[in-house]
Order: sequence, then C-alpha cells, then structure tokens
Amino acid sequence: MSVIKTRVGRRTFLKTSAAAGGGLLISFSWLASCKPGRTKEEILAMPEEWFKLNGYIKIGDNGVVTIYSPNPEIGQNVMTSMPMIVAEELDVDWKNVIVEQGKLDEDSFKNPQFAGGSLSIMLGWDALRMAGAAGRRMLLEAAAKEWQVDVDSLSAKNGMIMEISGARSVGYGEIATKAVGIEVPEDLEMKDPKDYKIIGTAKKNVEGKKIVTGKPLFGLDFQKEGMKLAMIHHPPAFGMKVKDFNRDEIVAMDGVSDAFIIDSSTAEPAWTEVNAFNTLVAIIGESTWQLMNAKKALKVSYDTESEPESSDTHSARLKKDLKNGKVLESRLDGDPDAAFANAAKVIERTYTSPFIAHNTLEPMNFYADVKENSVELIGPVQTPKSLEERVSAMLDIPVENIEVHMTRIGGGFGKRLYIHYGMEAAAISKKLGAPVKLIYTREDDMTQGTYRPTYMSTYKAGLDENNNLIAFSVKGVGLPEGPVFPKRFPAGAVDNYSAEKLGSETNISTGAWRAPRSHFTAGAEQSFIDEVAELAGKDPIDFRLELFERAKSNPVGEEHEYDADRYAGVLKLVREKCNWGQDTPGIHRGIAAYFCHNSYVAEVIDIRMDKGQPIVEKVWCAVDCGIVINKEGATNIIEGGVVDGIGHAMYSEMKFENGKPVHNNFNTYQLIRHSQAPKNIEVFFVENEISPTGLGEPGLPPAQGALANALYKATGKRYYHTPFSTAPQDQIDMEVG
Amino acid sequence: MALFKLKINGKSQEVDVDPKTPMLWVLRDHLNLVGTKYGCGVAQCGACTVHLNGSATRSCQLPVSVVGDNEITTIEGLSEDADHPVQQAWLKIDVPQCGYCQAGQIMNAASLLKSNPKPSDEEIEAAMSGNLCRCGTYTRIKKAIKEASNNINA
Repeated sequence: MSVIKTRVGRRTFLKTSAAAGGGLLISFSWLASCKPGRTKEEILAMPEEWFKLNGYIKIGDNGVVTIYSPNPEIGQNVMTSMPMIVAEELDVDWKNVIVEQGKLDEDSFKNPQFAGGSLSIMLGWDALRMAGAAGRRMLLEAAAKEWQVDVDSLSAKNGMIMEISGARSVGYGEIATKAVGIEVPEDLEMKDPKDYKIIGTAKKNVEGKKIVTGKPLFGLDFQKEGMKLAMIHHPPAFGMKVKDFNRDEIVAMDGVSDAFIIDSSTAEPAWTEVNAFNTLVAIIGESTWQLMNAKKALKVSYDTESEPESSDTHSARLKKDLKNGKVLESRLDGDPDAAFANAAKVIERTYTSPFIAHNTLEPMNFYADVKENSVELIGPVQTPKSLEERVSAMLDIPVENIEVHMTRIGGGFGKRLYIHYGMEAAAISKKLGAPVKLIYTREDDMTQGTYRPTYMSTYKAGLDENNNLIAFSVKGVGLPEGPVFPKRFPAGAVDNYSAEKLGSETNISTGAWRAPRSHFTAGAEQSFIDEVAELAGKDPIDFRLELFERAKSNPVGEEHEYDADRYAGVLKLVREKCNWGQDTPGIHRGIAAYFCHNSYVAEVIDIRMDKGQPIVEKVWCAVDCGIVINKEGATNIIEGGVVDGIGHAMYSEMKFENGKPVHNNFNTYQLIRHSQAPKNIEVFFVENEISPTGLGEPGLPPAQGALANALYKATGKRYYHTPFSTAPQDQIDMEVG
Repeated sequence: MALFKLKINGKSQEVDVDPKTPMLWVLRDHLNLVGTKYGCGVAQCGACTVHLNGSATRSCQLPVSVVGDNEITTIEGLSEDADHPVQQAWLKIDVPQCGYCQAGQIMNAASLLKSNPKPSDEEIEAAMSGNLCRCGTYTRIKKAIKEASNNINA
C-alpha cells in the first residue's frame, strides 16, 4: 500500500457538492452494453440525484458512478484507461461506471489536460488514483459518522461499505448524500498493485457501442441551433500570403451568406500556433457542398513573402547543413576521431526521410461562438488549455470567460497539438457575430503544413581487431531541426562517442508527428546497428545486449537517458517469444528496439517477398511501459503503432514544387491499406510494478528499423531512405552542388 | 435546388437541395445522419460508405439526383441496437482506436459478408482495401470480419 499526499490536490479533492438532477448527458446505451441481462426499465432507472465527490466523480443515489475523463481522446483510449484508474481506487464495479468526457478545467482535475508526448497516464497516475482514493475515503468517513463508529472498523469494496464485524453495510449511492462536506485526511492510502481488480485487466472501449452505431461523437458531427458553416482558403504554396479575392462573385453564389478575410495571428505566438497561413479567406454558408463549390470559384491574389522551396532545395539544404548547420545539442565522450583512425574496420552510412503529413482521417474542424466578452469552443484538440489561452490573447477576452469542450477526436498523431483551426474558427465567429463550425476539406488539411520535418543523419562506427565497438558517431540535421537525441543509446555504451543535433531552416511549417524525431532516429540507428553487428560478425541481438551490459556495468561519460536493464529486457522477451534463430524457408526476419516516451519496445518483423514487394507475415512486440492499465487498449495501440511505422516507412512522403505541396488527397498521397498491413501482430508486456509510462508513441519507432533489417535479409540490399517502396536506396552523394 | 424523395433506413425522407449534392452531404447536413463520415471526398478512403440496395457505395460520389427509388442504408440503419453480426464482432474484438473510419469499415464489411459469407483472407483484404484506417486497426478489422463470418455461418 502506498501513501500519497492529498496536499497538492487538497483544494480540489475536498470540494463536495450535490449536483441535483444530473443535468449532463447520460449514456443509457452504453450502460446497456455493459450490463447484459438488465431490462430497459432497470437501465433507465437512473439516479434522481447525483452527488459530486470531486472533479472526477459523481455518484448517483442508486450507486451508478459517473467518472469524468480529463484528457482529449484521440484514439489512444485514455477515455477508458484514465477512468479505470479512478474506479480502481474508488473501488466500484466497472459495470456500474459511466464515463463522460470532462471539459477543460485543470483546477478541478488537478491534471494537465492534453494529449501529447504519450503522457496522459504517466502524468495523470497520481491525480487519478488520488481522485478515486479520496472519493472512497469520503464515503467511508460518511458511513462512520452515520453509524457512530470508527472509520477503521469499516471497509469499502465494489461500491459497498461494510463493517468489518459484518454487522452493517451500505451502498455508495445511499451514503453519498452524507459525504457532502466530509474532510479527507492529509495522507491517502493507495492500493497495492497486487490488489488491483480493474487495472491490468482488458476492458472494452467505453465508446465502442457509440462508435459502431455511428453516434455523433466527433467535432465534425457537432451541431447547434443557429450555427453557420465556414470553410477557409489558404495559399497554394508556402511563402505566399492571401491579399485579396473576388468577394462579390462569391457572396452572390447559392448558399453563401458571407465571405471575408481573417487574420488569426497573435502578437507573441505560442509553440502551438505554428501556422504558415494566418491570413485566410473565409466563406460562410449553410451547407458543406455549397461551400465546397464556392471554394472552387475563388479567385485569390497573393503576396510573396519568402522564396518558394522545392524538394530539390530541401535535399541540397540538408546536405549543406549536415556539414555546416548550427549545433543545437551535442555530447562527446572520449576521442572518436582518434578511435576511428585506429579502428580495424570503419563503416559510415547516411539515412534520410522526407516531409510527411499527419492525415488524421477526421479533417481539421472546430465550433466557435464568440460573444462580446465570452467564447464557447467545441471540437477536436489535443491542447485545449493552449487553445483557451491563445484565443484569449487573440480576442482580448479573459480566459475565465472562455469555455472549451472536447469532442472525440478522429485521429491526432500530433497534428491537433497545433491549434490554428480553433483560432480560425474563433476569428471567423468574431467577425461574423454568430456561432460557426469551421470545416477543412481534405485538400485544405493535407496542404496546410505542420508536417513532420525532413531529416538526414550520418552514422559512423569503428570496430577494433576483436570486433568490439570502440567508436560511434551520429550527426543529424532536419528542416528546421535535427532528429538526434545525444543522451540516448548507444551513449554510455561506447568509449568514444559523439552525437550532434544540427539546425537548418525552411519556410514549410513543421510540427510534432507521432514520436517526433524518435521515429526517424529509431529507423536509422537500428538499421545501422544491424549493419555494424553484421560487420562485427555478431548476432544482432547479442551485439545489442553486449552494449547494454557495458552501459550498465561500466557506463561511459555522464548519465544516459535509458535504463539498460529494461532495454535488454524487452530484447530478451521478444527473442524468446519469436523463437529467434529459427529459420523458416521464404521468411526473412529483422529486429529493432527503441526507448522513447519513457518506455521500451522491441519488435521482430517476419516478411516474405511477393513480386518484389514485402508481405509482413508476423510482428512480435515486447513492451515495457511499467504497469499496464488496460491490456486491451494497450495491445491495440501498440498494434496501431506498428502498422503506422511500417506504413510510413514503406509508402508515404510529401514533396514540394515551387513551394506547393504536390499531394493534396489520398489518390496520390499513399497511406498503408488493408492488403499491405501485417497479417498478424502479437504484443507482450513486461510485468512489473513500475509506475506507468508512454504507450501511444513507443510502438511506432522500432517498426521501420525492424522492417529495413528484414528487407535486407530478403533482398541483400540495405534500406536507407524512406519511403522504401519508391525511394532509391543507394548511399547518396554528399557533395554539395 | 430541387426536391428529392429518398428511402433511407426504411423511412421516406424529403430534401430540397442542389441535384449534384453528394448523398454524403445530404445525409450529414440535411438529414442529421452524421454517422457517415467525410474523409477525402474523392472515393479514396471509404469513410463515407453506405449501402445502396444492400451494396457498399461511396456516398461522396453518389449525387442525390441519381438515387431515385433505390434504398439507402447508413450505419444508423444497419441494425436496431448494434445487433448486426458485424457490429457485434467489432465490439467483441474491440476494433476501434479513434473510431472515425469504423462506420465505413463496418458498412463495407457487412456488404462483403452479404455477397460472400465466407471470405478468405485475400478476399477480405481485396474488398476492404478501399477503406483507410489511419490508426492502423487493420489486423483487428480482419479478425472481426472472420468472427462475424463465423457467427453468420454458425
């Protein structure tokens, strides 16, 4: 049993209030799906009164518990896993829990409400457990007071409070009314992980039934009486700015009620405001189809603000700045130059990846209702707090007067960390003086920018005459920022080590894309390590384990970021599960492992070749993310990471011609499809009692390296450049032309 | 603008729209049936899949003027209470991540199983390859289709 101080959250968790009548949307259908055997009448026997124990928990007089999920749901399944943690400590039957999306209210949740960096569970772990434990304690105290007994003579379990003597018992719902005004002690007892009944089990997605029946869950589905629809037009190329447009012709079109130019910029933009196109044409109307037609009729003039860039410009700039770029971060152990000069074997390889788009399947959209001194914002956003703050700055309306509600989000991948579309909706509503829902077309979405940067890294390794790795260096540049993590593997495992992250520039807007920088670096580094292991004549897993042993027993230099034991642990687990070393005719096998977002993942990919194309027959994943909250959701998200990693390594890229993104829809921009997906994925979790860490991103990075290494076994050719299906794979000429 | 009488999910509906309006937007903007999703508008992602007389059709490429007497079924009309075998299988296998593409996947899978109740892996892949899932739930989708197939044929 661990003890957590309530002090941090005291102000919040002590607050109790009776919220009569419920007043919020209650999901009867979801209850029905969870309670087989209950009649419709029973299900509809909803509480007459709700008692709000804290920001997370509302208990009905009949024992039904509503748990508010604080963070945005982008498909990472936190809407199931976060409430599972609360329910565990509250000690209620999961079947009696209704989950609702909480609105933005960080004071009440005492938890940062964002979806990014795979941090929801890791950062929420204490607050969520505390919310549940505080609620349970309040109910216990209420019963003790009611029965005039010592609280230590009571126990709480499965929604019931019982006297340990067995004399009396009462349901949470019956006693909840008495919990109002009860104080929570300074120290709260948390459950021992061994006693978990909900955490670590496999629970179905709490919105599963709504999803499969097409209920309105997403921002694009949101509607409100009196709401107008809006679409925007941004310039076709980076470096251009909207100047003027044929307003008279546009407003004369069927279904168009207004059209104007908006500016959604602020004086001191936050990082979440990345946007190459703050000045936009906005068209207002009643129906999406009419707005799409109006967009096609636009004639827009532009100013040129910076030189248009093409993919050739980018390749040349990467080569130049890999030599001359500004060093943003670095690490140096020993004397790599001298060690390379003395090495028996030296190998150097350069890896590249293009810009790529996020392509969430739900395009950007947001609802905004800006009144004179208040704003309501509803839609899909990974960073609701930032949206609130930046709309406040843009419109000069205090944050207290801004409400942000989060809808279910049709994909995030980092794209919706950047809030331009929410700000644009607010700017449009302000100018229009009416509530409005802004909708991007797929083309608007794909050509808007905020792309994953293009990268280039050169790796070099030196082996002595006994095939020991004596020197290792990596230099990486990106537009605008390199992908290197100087303190990650193999830092600490090599005597002579150098890592440099270099900066460059571009007018293409870029942003975080699922496992930022890690996805590229994992692919490059883990392919390179495979090639070095081969040069050393060693098994690729044994070679890595040797390095982890060195980092553990006799680490080089200052601290490194990873735990060598846990890193080795996932390699050993995947080695055992996939029966590494077995040789199946026609099957080619590759391995990779990576640490990011505080978690460790190793993946083995088996492929066979069919008409020159790889068919991924099986993927084994070993994951160490500490305590797993929901086995079902955790497995699903790792599977998704693998598919995403393979898909983008194989097929996807965004190219540019004269500043213009050359792809604007899925007819030319390739994403992985059913027929290209792995036939089978198996996920194994390391069992331990370490506090939970990231899951949304870490499954993705190892996939590219494991695939590249399998492709080498299949073809005899090393894969250095994504997308593998179309990019030439020779080492590139590094002469700067 | 023109008046159209449509048969949707077993009910008669009237809409007054531009005849070129794709059914996707008739459903979403005019009939408040938003389960059918917009993903690309060019029949490349499958999120807008509905049934036209029981067969999977991309509603973003189906102008309202050509629908006539043909029956349209959307995800909202696939079953009474998520009890279609494909929906049941989706729940059992816990397929969705973000969930945005899943209505289209389910409508396409239901159409596939109607014409081919026992599809092979290759037939599933071929039939489903027009439906993108950006979250990468493809292996679960295939599992769920096989589960539904087994239940239909049981």
